[in-house]
Formats: sequence, C-alpha cells, structure tokens
Amino acid sequence: MTALPPTTAGDPPVTSSAPGGLVKSVVELDRVVIRLAGDSGDGMQLTGNRFTSETASFGNDLSTLPNFPAEIRAPTGTLPGVSSFQLHFADHDIMTPGDAPDVLVAMNPAALKANLVDLPGGGLLILDSDEFTPRNLAKVGYATNPIEDGSLEGWQTVSVPLTSMTTDALKDSGLGKKEAERSKNMFTLGLLSWMYHRPTEGTIRFLERTFRRKPEIAAANIAAFRAGYNYGETTEAFAVSYEIKPAPMAPGRYRNISGNQALALGLVAAGQRSGLPVFLGAYPITPASDILHELSKHKSFDVRTFQAEDEIAGIGAALGASFGGALGITTTSGPGVALKAETIGLAVMTELPLVIVDVQRGGPSTGLPTKTEQSDLLQAMFGRNGEAPVPVVAPRSPGDCFDAALEATRIALTYRTPVILLSDGYLANGAEPWAVPTVADLPDLTGAVDFATEPNGQATDGEEGLFLPYLRDEQTLARPWAIPGTAGMQHRIGGLEKADRTGNISYDPANHDFMTRTRQAKIDGIANSLPPTEVDDPDGDARVAVIGWGSTYGPIGAACRRIRRSGRSIAQVHLRHLNPMPNDLGEILRRYDRVVCPEMNLGQLAMLLRAKYLVDVESHTQVRGLPFRAAELAAVIQEVIDRGTVPAGAPANGELQ
Amino acid sequence: MTTVELGMPAEGPIADAIAHSVDAHGPKQTELKGKDFKTDQEVRWCPGCGDYVILNAVQSFLPSLGIAREDMVIVSGIGCSSRFPYYMNTYGMHSIHGRAPAIATGLAASRPDLSVWVVTGDGDALSIGGNHLIHALRRNINLTILLFNNRIYGLTKGQYSPTSEVGKVTKSTPMGSIDAPFNPVSLALGADATFVGRAMDSDRKGLTEVLRQAAEHQGTSLVEIYQNCNIFNDGAFELLKDPATGTQWSIPLVHGEPLVFGPDGASCVVRDDFGGLRIAETNQVDQAEIVVHDAHRENPAYAFALSRLSSQDLRYTPMGVFRSVQKPTYDAMMAEQIDVARVQEPADLDALLAGNDTWDVR
Repeated sequence: MTALPPTTAGDPPVTSSAPGGLVKSVVELDRVVIRLAGDSGDGMQLTGNRFTSETASFGNDLSTLPNFPAEIRAPTGTLPGVSSFQLHFADHDIMTPGDAPDVLVAMNPAALKANLVDLPGGGLLILDSDEFTPRNLAKVGYATNPIEDGSLEGWQTVSVPLTSMTTDALKDSGLGKKEAERSKNMFTLGLLSWMYHRPTEGTIRFLERTFRRKPEIAAANIAAFRAGYNYGETTEAFAVSYEIKPAPMAPGRYRNISGNQALALGLVAAGQRSGLPVFLGAYPITPASDILHELSKHKSFDVRTFQAEDEIAGIGAALGASFGGALGITTTSGPGVALKAETIGLAVMTELPLVIVDVQRGGPSTGLPTKTEQSDLLQAMFGRNGEAPVPVVAPRSPGDCFDAALEATRIALTYRTPVILLSDGYLANGAEPWAVPTVADLPDLTGAVDFATEPNGQATDGEEGLFLPYLRDEQTLARPWAIPGTAGMQHRIGGLEKADRTGNISYDPANHDFMTRTRQAKIDGIANSLPPTEVDDPDGDARVAVIGWGSTYGPIGAACRRIRRSGRSIAQVHLRHLNPMPNDLGEILRRYDRVVCPEMNLGQLAMLLRAKYLVDVESHTQVRGLPFRAAELAAVIQEVIDRGTVPAGAPANGELQ
Repeated sequence: MTTVELGMPAEGPIADAIAHSVDAHGPKQTELKGKDFKTDQEVRWCPGCGDYVILNAVQSFLPSLGIAREDMVIVSGIGCSSRFPYYMNTYGMHSIHGRAPAIATGLAASRPDLSVWVVTGDGDALSIGGNHLIHALRRNINLTILLFNNRIYGLTKGQYSPTSEVGKVTKSTPMGSIDAPFNPVSLALGADATFVGRAMDSDRKGLTEVLRQAAEHQGTSLVEIYQNCNIFNDGAFELLKDPATGTQWSIPLVHGEPLVFGPDGASCVVRDDFGGLRIAETNQVDQAEIVVHDAHRENPAYAFALSRLSSQDLRYTPMGVFRSVQKPTYDAMMAEQIDVARVQEPADLDALLAGNDTWDVR
C-alpha cells in the first residue's frame, strides 16, 4: 500500500454546552464518509438521500454510493437483503464516495456482518441494539451477540436501542407498534443530523410533502426525526459532534443531482435547444428506468414517453419518431442494447438521428442488475452485424450526464446517426452537487436540424427537381432529413443497401463498397468537431499517463491527487468520446513512457487503444460491481511510476516490433 | 373530399418544414389518380403473385381517401409483401423483420397529422413480430395494418408459416408441420382490436370496401388479405376463389344483414348453446334465429365467435368487416396529456433545471 498522508484532519475539540448542562465538544473535520446499512425494508436509501439533501443544502461537496440488492424485499434480516448507502462529504472538492466509511450505522446483525469488513479499525460503529435478538443473530450465523462478546472492541461501538426509542417517542401518535417501528430510519437520520450539524428544515418539508395525504404518518416521521435529533443533543452516549464546513465552490446556484436525473434533464434540454419534440421509447430495466420515470413527468416540454412492449419496440418506436422529425431516444441497460442491436443497424443504414442510452450494469446476461460495470464498451462499438459504426460518448460524473446527453444529441442530429451514450449504475444512482446551468448558455442545436424542404438534385438523365435522400453534405457527410408531410420529397428508406444519392435499393458491388466506407468516414469525421483533448498534468513533467472513460473519472482523479501529494507526477486523460476518439489522442499517448488504463471490465478500452494507436497500454481492471477505491488505484499507478522509465535500447511506445 | 381525419403537426421545425413545402409546391394536392401513387421503381414480385393485385387495388382506391401523398407513410417489415413501400409514391420505410408495427407506433404517436400504414405478412406479423402486432392492436394507435397472408414463407423459399395448416409439407417440414396455425382474425380480436376485416386479393370490390373502412377507422385497423403465392403455395385459397365452391364456403359479412350464404342462401349462422355461433341449414331454422351481423358490437366475443366458424381448410370463412368499434386512440390520448400538462405546468426549462432545492454560493 502507499504511504500517503491521512486525509481526515483531527483538529482539537472545541467544547460547547448543550441543554441540560451536558458538556459536549465539537470537532471540526475536513471530510467524513458515512455508511448507512440496514434491511432493504428499513428505508436506508431514503435516509441516505435525505442526509445527502441536507448535506448538499449545507454546502459541502459530496459524492454518494447507493448499494442495494436486485430483490425488492429479500427475506428480512438476511445477508442478501442488506441495503446500504454511502455518503462522502467534505469542506473541499472531492471526487469519490470514499474508499471506506469512517462511520457505519448498522440497523441489524445482517447489516453489521455484511459491512463491518469495510470499516477500518477505530471507526465509529452505531448499532440498533433492539435488532440484535437471538433470532436475528442466528439468521446470519452469529453464535454470540457481537455487542456483548467483545468482538467489536477494535471499533468505537455505540449501541443504541433505536427501534424502542422510536416507538417510545411515538407512543401517543396513535400508530401501532409495527407502524411506529418503521420510523426508526427517521430517528436515525435525526441523530446523524445532530451529530453532523445538518440543517433539518428540508427533511421536515420533505416529510410533509411526501405524506401530505397521510398527515398522521407525516407527523410520526417528523416526531421520530426530532426525537433522534434531541436524543443526540442530550445523551451521554455521544459526547462529540462534528462540524464539516461548507466547501469552497465556484459562485453560482447549485442543486444535488443523480446521474439518471441529470441525463433525463439533459434530454429535455436537448429537445428544447433543438426545437424538436422528444420521443422516448423505453422498456423498464434496472438501472435505467428512472430516466423513463423522470421524462414522463415533463410532458409540457413536448416530451412523449412510450413504455413499449419490449426493448425492440422501444427503439423501433423511437426510430419511427425520428423518421417523423422528432428527437428519438431509447433508454436501457446492457441486456436491452443486445436486443436493440438490429434496430441500431437499421438506424445506421437509414441514417436517422437516434440517441441510445445504455446505463451499464454487471453482465453478462442478467448479471448484476443493481451493480455497476463498464463492460458494454465493445458491445456499443461493435455489437451489430455488418460494418455498422456508431458514435459512443460517456459521461464522467452524475452531473456530467447532463452535458453528455446534449453532446450525444448534437452528434445524432448533425450527422444523422444513432449515438450510444454509455452511463453506468454508479453514475445513475450516485449524486453530487451540480452547478445549475442557465438555459441561454446551453449549446444551440437548432442549426443541426435543418429539415429538407426542396429538391436537391437531378437524375443521371438530367431531370431536374429531384429529391435525392442520400446526397450528402460535403462537410459532415450527413444525408438530408426530409420528413413526412413535406410535399414533393416523398422517398423510401430501409435496411437494404442504398444506392448513393438516390437511396434506391442497390446490390451493386462497387456501390456497397463505397457506401460502407462512406458510412464509416461520416462517423470518423465527427472527430473533426471535437475540442483538443484535455491532459491534466499540473506538474508538467509526468512520464506516466493514466487514461479512463466514464464513471472511473472520480476514483482515477482522486488517485492522481494522492500520487501528486506524494511528490510524484502523473498525467490524467479522460475520454468523453470513445468513437470516434479525438484526433490528437494517439500523439498524446505516445508522449508518455507508460500508459495505464483502469476499467471496470477486463480491458476493453485498453484493447481499443492498443489496436488503434499501437501503444503498449497497461490495463488495470476490476469487476466487483463497485467503483474503484482511490487508494488501490493510487497504489497501482505508483507502482508503474516507481518502476522507472523504459531502459535504453528497449522499444519505445508506438514502435512495437 | 378527405374522408380520413388527420390531426395537426406540432408547432416548431416540423410544422415550419411542412409550411415551407406548401409555399414551394402550393396547397396540399389531394385530387389524385391511381397512377400518382406509382413510383419509378420496377416491381419485383414473381409474375402472377397476388401482391400485384393488392398493389393495384390499393393504388386505385387511395385517391378516394383524399390524402395527399406526402401525408401518407407506409412502414413494412421483411418478406415479399414488405417490398410494398418501394412501389408507392408516398413516404415509406422498409424496416426489419417483424418490427414495422413498433416503428409505425412511434411515428403515428408523434405525428397525428399523418396517415400511417403497415404492410406485413403472416411470418412478419405473426411469427417474429407477433408481440408488436398484439400490442399495437390493444393500444389502438391510429394505424392501418395490411396483413398479406399467403400461409407460407416465400422470400426464404418455401418454409411453413404460422398460418400454414397442420400437416403442411414444406422444405423444413418434409413429414408435415405439426404446429397448430394462428387464425389472424381470432388473434387480433383476442387483443381487443377495434377494427378487424378480411378480404381476398383477387376480389377487387370486396378488398376495396374493407380497405376503405379500415383507412377511415380511427384507431388500429387490421385487414387480413388472403394472398396467393403462386410459387410456393399456389392455390392456397382456391376453395374460396373458385366460383363453383366459393359461394358455398365464404360467409359475406355485411353490417345489418342476416348471415345467410351459400348457393341459394341455403346456409346460415345461428347461435349455439354455449354462447358461440354455428352453421345451420336455412330451411331448418326459424328466420328469427339467424344472426344479423353487427360489426359495431362492443363485446368482441361475437366477432371472435364468427372468426372461429372457419376451419383450417377454409370452409366457412367469413369475409368482410368482423368488428368496427370506436374507442379513444392512443395517439389522441397522448396528445391530450401533453395539452393538459402544458396548462397545468407551463414549460420553464430554467425552473426545471433548478428543481426545488438549490443553494447559492457567492
């Protein structure tokens, strides 16, 4: 492991006086990682999201990692039913949800058993003692109660009867015991809110709004939340509370946003900025369904959402809408992309704009529906019959999903092509503060629409006034987009090979060769519209570059910071465009002695880079269904740096023999 | 003389493009002749194929609908029939196997100002694309689906299809096929289709009448067209086409008329003891027992019972419109939700992006 300085500052405690004369101290921290773990019925995701909102509105930088089972309600109290939510927040700019928690809240023995392994020694462990019953202990194979048998001595363990304190607080609420118990997550949230000085008004407003039709439930949850807060203030169990100052951020207006939310808003914005109606054809699939849910709420923006009978119909309907002049979109995950492959090929052949969003998850087959992975890159690149090039773009953070959606749309409309946007489960469900953009500052996509309304050519016999649906724009090689309803422009398109210019069916060998190369050239030419690749090398003397794509941006960036703090230099390159890759990328990679490529797959980008640039990229991979840990990546990068430069006489990069 | 009601295009670039083309070409041309719907593409079906007859019938009757050519879109899948769009001077998409109803659904849902047609075959619609067909029918989106049923796979050179009769000997079933066929009309009615008809390729008058009603219907209409494949399944419908046997085995469906058929009206349709229908000899039953055809009946059970009268060998095949009922269309309801949403919460993108919980950093 690396010898890197600790990142949690331990400033001297400041004492303050709490009500009742209890003396409590306040410790200032620069960052904290909290993990809430419980049964999937315990409301851990809701609790985590509320704590995140409080933290966001307080002004800390933050990053979250929800982690939940695919089963909606796995058997209560079992290991497969454990759901957790990790939140990293800080007084400075952070990039990941944290490698390991500083604080673990375990609502039952299963949650303890599943998560304790990640809590470093000395970390704070908060347990709901009410749930450590012989029956619950036996369910997960504890022979003795860990609260009593001394096995938790290596941690600061605080065992609190969260459930019974919640029911006590609600004994006059009129709710039954079972119902009252369900508010224990709000009691816990109240306790944590006290412990970390979080604002509470937002949660109270949220509970009032959520349960406005069930005021007694709203009142009970608010009472439990306040009881938890007051308990923290008055108990002797917690002598210390913590303060994490707001992080300095660029001036502006911020909100908390998840990747799926940002992606959906990006698609709405893409419709508005292009002037086109949006048509989403989608079939529910984890972890992409939230985009369908979000878009279905925004009908007033001329957004039509169509929940199709299957994945194929979802993309088919979207393509049909594109033919009619809408911005056609389909959202799915890896298994859905496999089903959509033939229609993506049809979109390649008919050269219509289409945005395909793949929120990647663990594969193959059904794989790990709720866990993250980056293993659809090669599927996105090549997963179709024939030579069927498709542009591929990837967002790097939850908020960046917004910009990636606009960029995917720009390419689809400008070049009249299907575009695949590769998000993943970590981006989709993770959240971060997002600087709210001003609409007027967003890219103007109206220029990319330009429906054809007049004949554009003449027949080979000289007949004027013909519409040639495959007569291309010289610059972009895009074909004209003439929509039904436009008089004099009637034409037929389809999956059979097209004759150049006329678009009629053609089996001519030379034409097929020409059209295949032209379709490829059109996609390759997109690279000419891309800005120069950004290389993050603050020291300017790095000999090793690390390259990534998609959601590994945070962990790689955090690892690079660690490397730099240790006095070493490292260059970071992160790709937004995976197809085509930027024109300057080969030259950039060849500048470095070594190039490392961390990916949550078995080396898919590394394979592409090696094939395309003949650069000896070193692949570092992991497919655990979870994001990389920054410390582990830092160790990998440090090892490559410390290996030294290539010995004299050895073949340099780009000159492999 | 438009008899088909079309909606308005959405405001924005789509409406602008259409308006621009009207400026360039003059008002929409709806006074058309059959030849106006022909293209310069050579028709490439086998000589003698039933598809020619259907193409001619469609081209001849379309002018009577009063739809401008540019407002009509034909979407097809894969198979012999699916070459249809290339021969029609309208907008068209020859898509992929089985998916035409899905593609047409997206187009019709986003463009209520268009007349969207699907041309498909028995393999395309009922085998690889069966799922899309039944879901288009249950949604009742404004589509006119022409299902050319030749009871064989023609383009792949003669394998049995999902409508082939049991025991069919083909290249892939040398000892005879063993799976029971679909009855497309029964299938459509099972999906609660609001319009279902059946016609014969060679019966220009009957075909035109069913097509006209189908085109005018608001919602999904399915027309099964018996189509002869003279190469791989020649004479499949001869029992119904041959004047000597046709009247005996076809049951003409005319709304409001008693179901009497056969030479001299010798046969009729009456109710059976189990809520279904059966064939009877007209002179053996009381006149009042003979069922009067009601295509507008809300409950599809009656039309379904009609569809079950025929057997695999085509005896007692009802021809005409089985069911034609009015229900809200998917596209109209979708457009209405958008209108309602616009009133309830006018679009403000800046407000949407900001959401409910923001904080300012100065």
